[in-house]
Amino acid sequence: MRRGYVTAPVLGALWCFVIAVTVAVAMSFATGAAFRPAILLSLLLGAGLGVAALHGAMALWGAAVVMAALGLAGFGPMVADDGAGLVALVAGHGAVALFTALGARTILEEIRPGALTRHEFEEAVIRFLTGFGYIFFTAIVLIPFYVMVMTSLKNQAALMANPLDFSIDLSQGWGLFSSYVELMRDYSFGSYLWTSFYVSVLTVLITLAFAIPGAYAVARLRFRGQALFSRSILLIYMVPMIVLALPIYIAFSMTGLRNTIFGIVLIYPVTTIPVALYMLQGYFRGLPAEVEEAGLMDGLSRLAVIWKITLPLSLPALASVSLYVFMIAWNEFLLAFMLLDDPSKYTLTRGIASLNSSEVPRQHLMAGSVIATVPIMVLFLGLERFMTKGLTAGSVKG
Amino acid sequence: MTDTTPPTGTGPLARREARLAWGLLFPTLAAVSLVVILPLLAVFWISFKPVGLADLRPPTPIVREDIRGDLEAAGDEATLRYRLRNSSQDQPILGVTLSDTWPEGLAAGELDPACAIADGRLDCDFGDWEGGQRITLQIPVTADASYFEGPDPTDSAPVITGQASNVLTNFDFTHENFAHVFDGAEFWSVLGVTLFYTIFGTLGALIMGLFAALLLNKSFRGQGLLRGLYLFPYVAPVIAVAFAWILLFDPFSGSANALLIRMGVSSEAINFFGERPLALIMVTLFEIWRYFPLSFLFILARMQSIDTDMYEAADMDGASPFQKFRYLSLPQLLGILSVLFLLRFIWTFNKFDDIFLLTGGNAGTRVLTVNVYEQAFALSNIGAGAAVAVVIFCCLLLFSVFFFRVMSREEGL
Repeated sequence: MRRGYVTAPVLGALWCFVIAVTVAVAMSFATGAAFRPAILLSLLLGAGLGVAALHGAMALWGAAVVMAALGLAGFGPMVADDGAGLVALVAGHGAVALFTALGARTILEEIRPGALTRHEFEEAVIRFLTGFGYIFFTAIVLIPFYVMVMTSLKNQAALMANPLDFSIDLSQGWGLFSSYVELMRDYSFGSYLWTSFYVSVLTVLITLAFAIPGAYAVARLRFRGQALFSRSILLIYMVPMIVLALPIYIAFSMTGLRNTIFGIVLIYPVTTIPVALYMLQGYFRGLPAEVEEAGLMDGLSRLAVIWKITLPLSLPALASVSLYVFMIAWNEFLLAFMLLDDPSKYTLTRGIASLNSSEVPRQHLMAGSVIATVPIMVLFLGLERFMTKGLTAGSVKG
Repeated sequence: MTDTTPPTGTGPLARREARLAWGLLFPTLAAVSLVVILPLLAVFWISFKPVGLADLRPPTPIVREDIRGDLEAAGDEATLRYRLRNSSQDQPILGVTLSDTWPEGLAAGELDPACAIADGRLDCDFGDWEGGQRITLQIPVTADASYFEGPDPTDSAPVITGQASNVLTNFDFTHENFAHVFDGAEFWSVLGVTLFYTIFGTLGALIMGLFAALLLNKSFRGQGLLRGLYLFPYVAPVIAVAFAWILLFDPFSGSANALLIRMGVSSEAINFFGERPLALIMVTLFEIWRYFPLSFLFILARMQSIDTDMYEAADMDGASPFQKFRYLSLPQLLGILSVLFLLRFIWTFNKFDDIFLLTGGNAGTRVLTVNVYEQAFALSNIGAGAAVAVVIFCCLLLFSVFFFRVMSREEGL
């Protein structure tokens, strides 16, 4: 394996295959016509391109042009059915050749025809795996969201006719968003959005009100049972919701709290308090105790120390925890599904669940999903720094 | 001579600190015990009781009051009617009594022997009722002039009382729920599915997370963007992504099927979420897809805190990239990997929403948590659902004993 004239064609072949599959899927999704990778041809041509890459840039680009030409002639790494237009064909085969060549150039940068050192060989393999990894992860993450958004913009008949065709008809103008308009108008998604929002905000506020003092006590104050306590927080955090949901359902049915927003606001914070407490106590432990002691020496009481020193210092952690709790409350499905029956009191997730019937078109379901996903994504991308920190600060809850 | 031994025991300051600590913790303790400990005890209690969904409303006596006939002038006759029934068809109610304000200016005719009118009140004592019992009480009345000045007789709501034994609070116990749960091959197949889902879901997410973390453990332009992007599956609401997957893999209008057929991989549409054992593999893949971001985040955080000196030393010694990964990175990551594995194992074991939304537990994907829902709500047998919940909780206790052993070794986290 560790000889340039073996490594180069093998990696070239694998890379060409990866690119052929990627471009075929991308082109299929973009145009609705059928593109498919030719397994044998892509391996063969990729191997050839890999060998060419050993002989300098001129040979590599020459091989790429040949590959593109062969593709247009129908013998390339990717083949298209008759349905594809000329522009799509040129773009597709051009993309295959271009990306194969670009990738091969990077991957095989240090590879020479003769024997290779272990270092050079492994570097090349790692570069191949890195390229493959980026494509793979980006594809698996993006495809479901792409399908979600595109389906919400197309009507049922068009989807059934060609499930691959995600090209959208821009001439409809605002008509594209008809399912969103319908959801807002006929299915009162506006009110669900508002319910979800204020339930989540209330959950965050209540959670913080409970978790901040608790976390401070666990992190800073000495009392018997402290170690036991910090463990039992984690343990509680592991009790599955479905186990609790059953008695909660019974209790709420008997006390008339079922089917009320009040009941939901009552129960959500309790599911998030252990998480928040756990995250916050980790952060509080990391704060220098000297600052607080200085405050104590200057005559502040403990509570004043928490309010005037600890909290301002832990604003970033509070932001992370709030975001995380907001996300949990916004995405919560099980309790909302079990406890809410009245359509006027639905949260967003419960509202989406009610769209899952054969009478409601699929595009409405997806439009509802987009409505629920977009706010949390925007919030998350805007505050990504806090979020990543918060998630790693001690919560692994899923 | 002064005493130089340090003071022993707890001084007043320490006691004050402990008091403050408990004071600060009290709200959390109260809330958690109310919503976690109490329900857990309730689950244990219910799991030994023969409770169905219909038994959640205890039997109550119900009454409706109306007047038949018109009372328009003094001397008119009509019938005051009370219709009573037991809300339950099979449970008895003991000691049923009815009382209502007797309207002024109304003269009662023949009265049921169970009833009496005194001091402007009607009181009846019906004794014990069988399940499904109905009684109609008809009182012929004659109005006089003062009747028309007072309030309408139906304005005052009749009060009815009675004692019914509530199956949730009485002391009837049964072990049938557990017998039902462990009965037959179903339980073992559910357990097998749960273990498959949990083990492969956890391992898959961990390995994918490790791979993704290795990809992003270098700085380049757009690294932050990619990191944000790779967290999408975890951040999006589960219901949204679950439906997106269902649509993507739909056997009739799904893009994945269309793609596979066009590419020549498969000759006919595959029902991804409807066939054994494919459905189980699909829900496991979904689990991996949705939770690899979490492992990725944690592993990446750990990787970035590894000292770079070590790698420089390894470079000087001529270690190859794979050797560096195998002999330097992996041992450093072992701690976080084992903690992540155990945590994810427990949470995957507890996962309900994902499978419930994707397949509803059909096609061989019923795990223990979905079984709780299935027994309690689909089969209306709350007791059996609670019994499954107890089984889950016991497994959980077992895992957490193990978990805390490893945790105390790895500390951190």
